[in-house]
Amino acid sequence: MRWFWIDRYEEFIRGRHATAVKNVSLAEEHLHDHFPGVAIMPNSLIVEGMAQAAGLLVADALDFNRRVVLAKVAAAEFFFDAVPGDTIRFKAEVLDLKPAGSLTKVTSTVGDRVQGQAELFFAHLEPGEGVPKLFETDELLRWLDQMHIYEIGRDEAGNPLSRPDW
Amino acid sequence: MPSREEIFDKVKSALVDALGVDEDDVTPGATMVGDLGAESIDFLDIVFRLEKAFNIKISRGELFPEDVLSSSEFVADGKVTPAGIAALKARMPFADLSKFESNPSVQNFANTLTVEDMVRYVQSKLAA
Repeated sequence: MRWFWIDRYEEFIRGRHATAVKNVSLAEEHLHDHFPGVAIMPNSLIVEGMAQAAGLLVADALDFNRRVVLAKVAAAEFFFDAVPGDTIRFKAEVLDLKPAGSLTKVTSTVGDRVQGQAELFFAHLEPGEGVPKLFETDELLRWLDQMHIYEIGRDEAGNPLSRPDW
Repeated sequence: MPSREEIFDKVKSALVDALGVDEDDVTPGATMVGDLGAESIDFLDIVFRLEKAFNIKISRGELFPEDVLSSSEFVADGKVTPAGIAALKARMPFADLSKFESNPSVQNFANTLTVEDMVRYVQSKLAA
């Protein structure tokens, strides 16, 4: 089982920026213990959602030819807790992208309020650089479809993204 | 060309952001790994920040020569060979490697680079 911490993208501009949503629900088991009677979405998992929102943006920009791994949370701060019933929007932006790594900035908002922000640094590894294969291609494609990337995704010129034929 | 002080201040700011250290810890003599706790991935982060702060381009391996240090051509029994030392000096004319030469174990290299080396590196890039 893979943990999904974003539900879908609302905007996806290749190599530039994207907005993903995450609906926080009391049906999520982890909230039952964190904390009983006072459920709070852990900010560590919000960072994971930020990393998924930004990581797919980076991996797509590299044509999924690199293993994109979260190497470092360069900075993160949170201003209030997200709770069941909240819709978190992750706005991810690619600040810098090079063959070896990328720096991204992600802001999480609930309604009009900024809930948190983080700078996330991704390493782009080649097969054989110590990281096992992260996805089977059919599994990855299913996830990308589930995220609506090829429905709403655009390249910089505004053209729809074509779905890869892996 | 900015002054040495201006370069040092920007390097300090990049290191504070990349490594989460206090400004006071970033002294010219502080070692990147031993004193400031930089890990290999941090060097990539530092490269990004220096490029942006100074509008320069830094090639992979230029600031931290991981390829030389992991090469069987330049490393024997965990120590950098004389040929490897020559390669490091050619690659990193900005760094003072004299201390490293007396104990050239690969592990020891991490404690060789200092903040002042970073400043000298940026100076050499800006002068090029």
